[in-house]
Amino acid sequence: MLADKDRIFLNLYGLHDWRLEAAKKRGAWNATADMIACGRDWIIQQTKDSGLRGRGGAGFPTGLKWSFMPKEVKDRPHYLVVNADESEPGTCKDRDMMRHDPHLLIEGCLIASFAMQAHAAYIYIRGEYVTEREVLEAAIKEAYEARLIGKNNIHGWDFDLHVSHGAGAYICGEETALLESLEGKKGQPRLKPPFPANAGLYGCPTTVNNVESIAVVPTILRRGAKWFAGIGRANNTGTKVFCISGHVNKPCNIEEAMSIPLKQLIEEHAGGVRGGWSNLKAVIPGGSSVRCITAEHAETALMDFDSLVALKSGLGTAAVIVMDQSTDIVRAIARIAYFYKHESCGQCTPCREGTGWMWRVLERMALGEAEHAEIDLLLDVAGQVEGHTICALGDAAAWPIQGLIRHFRGEIEQRIDRYRAAKGVHQVRTPVAAE
Amino acid sequence: MSARRLAEKQPASFAFSDATQEQIRFWLGKFPEDRKASAVLPILWLVQQQEGWVSEPAIRAIGDLLGMPKIRVLEVATFYTMLRLQPAGRYHLQVCGTTPCMLRGAEDLKKVCHKRIGEKFDVTVDGNFSWEEVECLGGCVNAPVVAINDRYHEDLTAEDLAAIIEKLAKGEKVSPGSARGRQTSAPEGGAKALTDPSLYDGSLAQPVSLPNKPAPASS
Ligand SMILES: Cc1cc2nc3c(=O)[nH]c(=O)nc-3n(C[C@H](O)[C@H](O)[C@H](O)COP(=O)(O)O)c2cc1C
Ligand code: SF4
Ligand code: FES
Repeated sequence: MLADKDRIFLNLYGLHDWRLEAAKKRGAWNATADMIACGRDWIIQQTKDSGLRGRGGAGFPTGLKWSFMPKEVKDRPHYLVVNADESEPGTCKDRDMMRHDPHLLIEGCLIASFAMQAHAAYIYIRGEYVTEREVLEAAIKEAYEARLIGKNNIHGWDFDLHVSHGAGAYICGEETALLESLEGKKGQPRLKPPFPANAGLYGCPTTVNNVESIAVVPTILRRGAKWFAGIGRANNTGTKVFCISGHVNKPCNIEEAMSIPLKQLIEEHAGGVRGGWSNLKAVIPGGSSVRCITAEHAETALMDFDSLVALKSGLGTAAVIVMDQSTDIVRAIARIAYFYKHESCGQCTPCREGTGWMWRVLERMALGEAEHAEIDLLLDVAGQVEGHTICALGDAAAWPIQGLIRHFRGEIEQRIDRYRAAKGVHQVRTPVAAE
Repeated sequence: MSARRLAEKQPASFAFSDATQEQIRFWLGKFPEDRKASAVLPILWLVQQQEGWVSEPAIRAIGDLLGMPKIRVLEVATFYTMLRLQPAGRYHLQVCGTTPCMLRGAEDLKKVCHKRIGEKFDVTVDGNFSWEEVECLGGCVNAPVVAINDRYHEDLTAEDLAAIIEKLAKGEKVSPGSARGRQTSAPEGGAKALTDPSLYDGSLAQPVSLPNKPAPASS
């Protein structure tokens, strides 16, 4: 188990005060001026050396991403935008950081903005997080009043930090859709290139980072890149806040070492699988967008990027959704398919039409009212959506379905056979697939 | 995609309240002078807080305020599902139905709403309640979750939800958070982590020297 002294989010559960004085007592805003004095190249290099990879789902190296920003500020200002849209099913970690440890995030915003020569940053938080937004606004106000941020602040880098919010659209978590939304438009992803580092918010150089990616940076600099890089495995370093939901005895969020065995994570922190480990059926290890893994895989899987990719799944947002033997896995995945259908922004045909089509077929399969051949057809359609869309929501819609068929094809087939047996027929007339 | 349209019955006019106007000034202060449109979503939400929903005259007023064509505001209002395009109950329930909540009993919560309130978006005759099913609210380790007027009620059973609704109907206060008395997202009964008292005694606020500092000469 990760030692308490190696944790970053010391108020993850809100047992203590989130306000400035208490946050400072826990180490926030300690030596921030020294970090700024070390210069932007040092900050970026330290971040690179720490091995920190983006915590928003894709795992892109954070320091490297920062280095893509133009070296000099020309006619357009630079921006940092923090992605606090947190809508990936299973994920609720940024929420705790914002409502219980907002000063770590604010400090991180200042440091990251300085490193990228941004004098202003926006935090875009999902609309439903009203309480979290109120705390964040209040914490930012404290930081202004204590002259930690703002014009002529004690750190010597003029910096304005603002909060804005969404209104219930998952797609606004995609970074370019987020920028559109922040500009006051429908949240529809942009075609890339140009990438945000060249033309982001208001057409200006912009970097979008997840809340956790930014909030861990001050502590990394305080304790040293080596400290962070020493936790977890090579290429998968640091601590990570995991969200464990579903059929466990004690669902919870927990900051642990990256690469912790999945089984240990569930048993040590979440009270084990409901009904015991042998009652486990499947786990979605990284939020609804990744392929599920079987109980057998869960036995040995490590919670990191590389281990889960090797299992044809992914770390995603590190949101572990546990399903026990009582789960109707076809319905569980069908509900995820409905989510993507509901959240598609409608801009590209394979996603707009494909997500609805896949959901409808899965709903029938959950009943058993389908043809055996439709399983391969579904797989084929999922493959045609994957990789053929403007943004990764198309992939995210395809992967859970591919995971289902890969591991539980037999269950779908049985369902179809049982449905037929109950009706006393060899074949049921199913509606055409596009119905 | 979810197709959403304006309600058939619309009020004749709309006016921003004084409180809303004050909030609008706060929001406009966050964005560059020539980027007022950035405030459209927060302002639509403020209008919903004021009126309970977003009407066509309100959309027009927001367009005028921000110098945006009405169609642009309409586009935004119909895209974002948190914006309600028809009147809602005094208490509007957003019941999360996505898989992590479904695995822990969201279907039962939907049944409670159905039985007590009616179809999705129906408003009870006393004007008290309406409900809808929403996608993941981002509180999954406290599933199942229901947001009642912006506050999250968590770890709910059907009985818990029914009791909350009856309390609200009687005009009583309800407290958001875990219905099981859990400390936010901590495991029930308390976490094994974050128990070291030295994290909280102020020792972390002592001056630190940054590791790997560059040599003083270089910047
Ligand atoms: C459909 C979709 C939804 C996303 N939702 C989120 C989100 O809610 N929060 C987040 O940080 N990243 C989300 N992302 C990833 C962002 O596009 C982006 O990669 C991330 O914010 C970058 O930050 P990081 O490098 O710090 O991880 C989403 C991506 C897609 C395709
Ligand atoms: S993949 Fe889907 S969500 Fe992404 S841009 Fe295309 S239609 Fe929109
Ligand atoms: S699935 Fe309900 S809060 Fe995430």
